[in-house]
Amino acid sequence: MAALEILIYPDQRLKQISQPVQQFDGELRSFVVELEQTMRSSPGGVGIAAPQVGCFQRIVIVDLSAKPKIASHGRMVLINPEILSWEGMVKGREGCMSVPDFTGNVMRAERITLGALNENGEPQEYICEGFEARAVQHEIDHLDGLLFLDRLVSRRTDLFRRKNYGSRKTA
Amino acid sequence: MSKQWYMLTIVGEDRRGIVARVTDALFNGGCNLGEASMMRLGGSFTIMLMVELERSGSELQKLLQPVARSLNLHIHVDSIEGRLHRHREPDVSITVYGADRAGIVARVTGVLAEAGLHILELESDVGGSSENPIYVMHIEGHAGEGIEALRSAMELIECDGIEVNLQPVDTMVG
Repeated sequence: MAALEILIYPDQRLKQISQPVQQFDGELRSFVVELEQTMRSSPGGVGIAAPQVGCFQRIVIVDLSAKPKIASHGRMVLINPEILSWEGMVKGREGCMSVPDFTGNVMRAERITLGALNENGEPQEYICEGFEARAVQHEIDHLDGLLFLDRLVSRRTDLFRRKNYGSRKTA
Repeated sequence: MSKQWYMLTIVGEDRRGIVARVTDALFNGGCNLGEASMMRLGGSFTIMLMVELERSGSELQKLLQPVARSLNLHIHVDSIEGRLHRHREPDVSITVYGADRAGIVARVTGVLAEAGLHILELESDVGGSSENPIYVMHIEGHAGEGIEALRSAMELIECDGIEVNLQPVDTMVG
């Protein structure tokens, strides 16, 4: 199956608000397959939102399983997703398949609780952190016509994060 | 003459309207603008700006003469091989701070360069009081020999009483 065409900003359709999915049928499921195929055909892409392929319905896929070092839920199909709660804010770098050749720093919640339906219309709840939480927030923004460009923070803005040297042992 | 990219460097005493007047002169002269870094440093305003046009560097200089004279700006033009869409993604972000003293930048960047750091962007500032100034530097770069090599190098720097925060940058593409 061929990948769908990705809308590229300044295509104004990316600024449009998407509508909730009402019908959980075979048509929806085959669209989800095509959307996932499109995400996978883009190098480094860990998420995609339906409006990026010109379908203005509240459908998102996030899958970090290609990044084994990062804890994640693997493949998540999120339909009509809602962020139920969030905590912490952290700066991180983002890029977007719809905005080639540009990356920038964006503040996102560090930990979110997420409610969504899967492709069969069954309710799911997830707690996402870090990189995965960032990917989910980036994709849900697409459903509301927002790009990471709408949330860029100044290059000069940097937060002193708590000291965290990862593998380094403290005496 | 075909289109050519130039790096335009401008420095002058900071005042309102420098960017507007310089870019207006460039626009009226048929220039296309590319990537830029512009900021106030110690009361001066500084511009590093990629400019593309179908004329020579000396003509670009001439184009800016009136605005340079009226705002008392120093202008320098270099013809460059550079072009757009040549971004290199940083994979590490480093913040360094400590009591200001001679040699911090040379010491820190020397150790990190040795450990494989390629600096893509560096901004630094001096804050604190005049009696007790502090130096703060933020670097985004590419860890040519991996993040771990930089982490080990950091310990050498920290022994000198300088605080170093190193964070890997993993760009999320969605």
